[in-house]
Amino acid sequence: MSHNSNDTGHDHTNREKENVNSRRAFFKNFGLAGAVAAVGGAAIYSGYKYEESKPGHDMVKVLTSDNRIVEVPKDQIKDVRVDTDQLQKQGREGLKGHRFVMVIDLAKCRNARKCISACQGAHHLRPYEYHINTLVMQESEHTAPYFMPKPCQHCDNPPCVAVCPVDATFKRQDGIVLIDNERCIGCRFCIAACPYSARLFHWEEPLMAESDKGKPYNIELNIPQRKGTITKCLFSSDRLREGKLPYCVSACPNGVYYFGDENQDAVTNGTTKETFRLSELLRVNAGYQLMPELGTKPRVYYLPPKNRLFEFKEEKDPVQETT
Amino acid sequence: MASEVNTDFLHNKKLDSIAADILRPVGITQGFIVWMGFLGISLLACIYAYYIQFDKGLIVTGLRDYISWGMYIANFVFFVATSLVGMLISSVLGLIGLKWVKPIARIAEIIAVAFAAIAGLVIVSDMGRPERLPYVFLYGRIQSPIIWDVTVVTTYLVISTLLYFLPLIPDLAISKGRMGHTPKWLQQTYEILSVKWNHTPKQYQILMKAVRIMLILIIPTAFAIHTVTSWLFAVTLRPGWDSSIFGPYFLTGAFVAGSAAVVILMYFVRVNYKLDKYLTTHHFDMMGKLLVLVSIVYLYFNINEYLVPGFKMKTAEAIHLHDLFVGEYALMFWSVQLLGLVIPIILLLFKFFRKPFPMFVISVFVLVAAWFKRFIIVVPTQDHPFLPIQRVPHEWMVYHPTIVESAITMGTIILAVIIITILVKFFPVIPIWEVAEEQNELDSKTKE
Repeated sequence: MSHNSNDTGHDHTNREKENVNSRRAFFKNFGLAGAVAAVGGAAIYSGYKYEESKPGHDMVKVLTSDNRIVEVPKDQIKDVRVDTDQLQKQGREGLKGHRFVMVIDLAKCRNARKCISACQGAHHLRPYEYHINTLVMQESEHTAPYFMPKPCQHCDNPPCVAVCPVDATFKRQDGIVLIDNERCIGCRFCIAACPYSARLFHWEEPLMAESDKGKPYNIELNIPQRKGTITKCLFSSDRLREGKLPYCVSACPNGVYYFGDENQDAVTNGTTKETFRLSELLRVNAGYQLMPELGTKPRVYYLPPKNRLFEFKEEKDPVQETT
Repeated sequence: MASEVNTDFLHNKKLDSIAADILRPVGITQGFIVWMGFLGISLLACIYAYYIQFDKGLIVTGLRDYISWGMYIANFVFFVATSLVGMLISSVLGLIGLKWVKPIARIAEIIAVAFAAIAGLVIVSDMGRPERLPYVFLYGRIQSPIIWDVTVVTTYLVISTLLYFLPLIPDLAISKGRMGHTPKWLQQTYEILSVKWNHTPKQYQILMKAVRIMLILIIPTAFAIHTVTSWLFAVTLRPGWDSSIFGPYFLTGAFVAGSAAVVILMYFVRVNYKLDKYLTTHHFDMMGKLLVLVSIVYLYFNINEYLVPGFKMKTAEAIHLHDLFVGEYALMFWSVQLLGLVIPIILLLFKFFRKPFPMFVISVFVLVAAWFKRFIIVVPTQDHPFLPIQRVPHEWMVYHPTIVESAITMGTIILAVIIITILVKFFPVIPIWEVAEEQNELDSKTKE
């Protein structure tokens, strides 16, 4: 697509500024506790590692949240306790002032499936358990086939949320639809209700159930995953809280994904890191939504697969092959 | 039912013979022990199957992400459907004043209580996290049809139980002195359950009033339970479920299933307990006419449900209908429609087929077809979601119920049969006092 090649430089500087600003805002407003916990945890971990290599010493080096390396007596080190109540509370509230939105450029997708593996790695899923999947689509017999990445559409009128009997799946103020696997009763009404087949169910013990045991439940990452409950695409809300782009968006080698904030009317390409005006991007490229006639009001937009950058090559289905 | 009660029937000599007839089969017999032993052992196997599912997760079923509602949900709909007949027979027909329903009203209530009670258990068998069932009450959100369903099914169960129990009280009191042949604990149970009933006209008046209130209350409740159950499907956007006639379609289908269940139980009682004096060929004839009526109404809704989308053939609906009419589910679909609906309608139009034994055979076909009809409603729709199913293992794409799943389903049916057996075997299955009262009226009329 031939959009905005002249404006790139301008956008680039804008993006830098925006990125810094938004990152600052994240840290200041919501991320502080989480960031401190994460940095502290990492520091203590590296300290342990360091000490393990030099037995006999009583001191460990620790990186503080203001970037100083200090030495602490080993016996005074305590684990940072992550508060699950706090994780629940912030996870249910969402990031104030944002309305997250994704744009997927179908002209650029060649089914590299890097988005899928990044997502599955982050959420501890099996190769055939998809929060996001790339589908081979063909509208009708004489039209061209194309690849369509399909995450949860994070509908503004979500049918799954309407039918949930226990408030396990819910819509946050920043537009993200999450699932609380400590609440989910496993009735699967949401699976029946979702027209995008975006949800999956843990029919058996999840892939890393053993090693994730005892971890505090992070609703924004949905880890530990639990048997007998639903899981789904979360728009990587744990990454958004840190001011980063979602796992799939950052992993794409082909510039398929744009992610950003509808309130700021800006989306950033995960590959090139260029930022664009959302309204402009959708207008120029005739963006559309999946099955808008159902009234679900998705927060994911697609740019049509026109002037595709890659030849369409359908591979054999590796999952089907192995089973 | 008249509001003024004439208790003369208590002094009529015929009461003795009626009570003797009806109480003769009550109690523990060899046949009962063998039958319950058989049910109990089968149930143990089914409970073990549920233990496997509880331990390993729903992976032991044929269900996967795309077809995620299967046999359990179909079974749930079947149970709710069958239980509705209590409302139809004792309430709707009773309130109209049809005399012939009196001896079979209790049989209908037994079916209602047993199936409504187990329906709740059936839905738990489908849950991924059954231990979180209390969350439905703790965190329930009123906007979810599941909450509506839980509310109305519970209400229906309570009212149906009352409708079974309240008219039973005078019978328990009548039976007390006439149960020499039964074990002592059963006589004591009668003593407690008859709540010091001593047949005063005042007591009868209160009883009549209470029953009448329940009979009226149960009509909207029964409509609600099956309409709401149909909405579990109809509120979704999926082709095949996205239908505005699902409420009445389910309701009329429920009357077909329930009437068939009542006929089957009537036949067992008549033959095993030798109660053909009370469950006469006339009763079977009338039930046959009722079954043909509700079946024709159900056929009408079937035509609406399949012909209208079939005429338009919208892409997604067309795939679904193709599957049903000539595709993967064609054999099941046409068997259900022909053997469970069209042929029974044709046969039951003839008086010969409304005799007890032919009625029994036809009803078995109708009831079994009713179960598979629920399967046809629940499963095929999920075969073709809006977006294609790709890059998943083969068993993710097709639904084949497993042995564990079938055993658990069978277990719920066994449980319902156990409840029915106990109620039928330990308590008067035909209302003694109501039959005696009617007899008394008849006698006084002939004297005049």
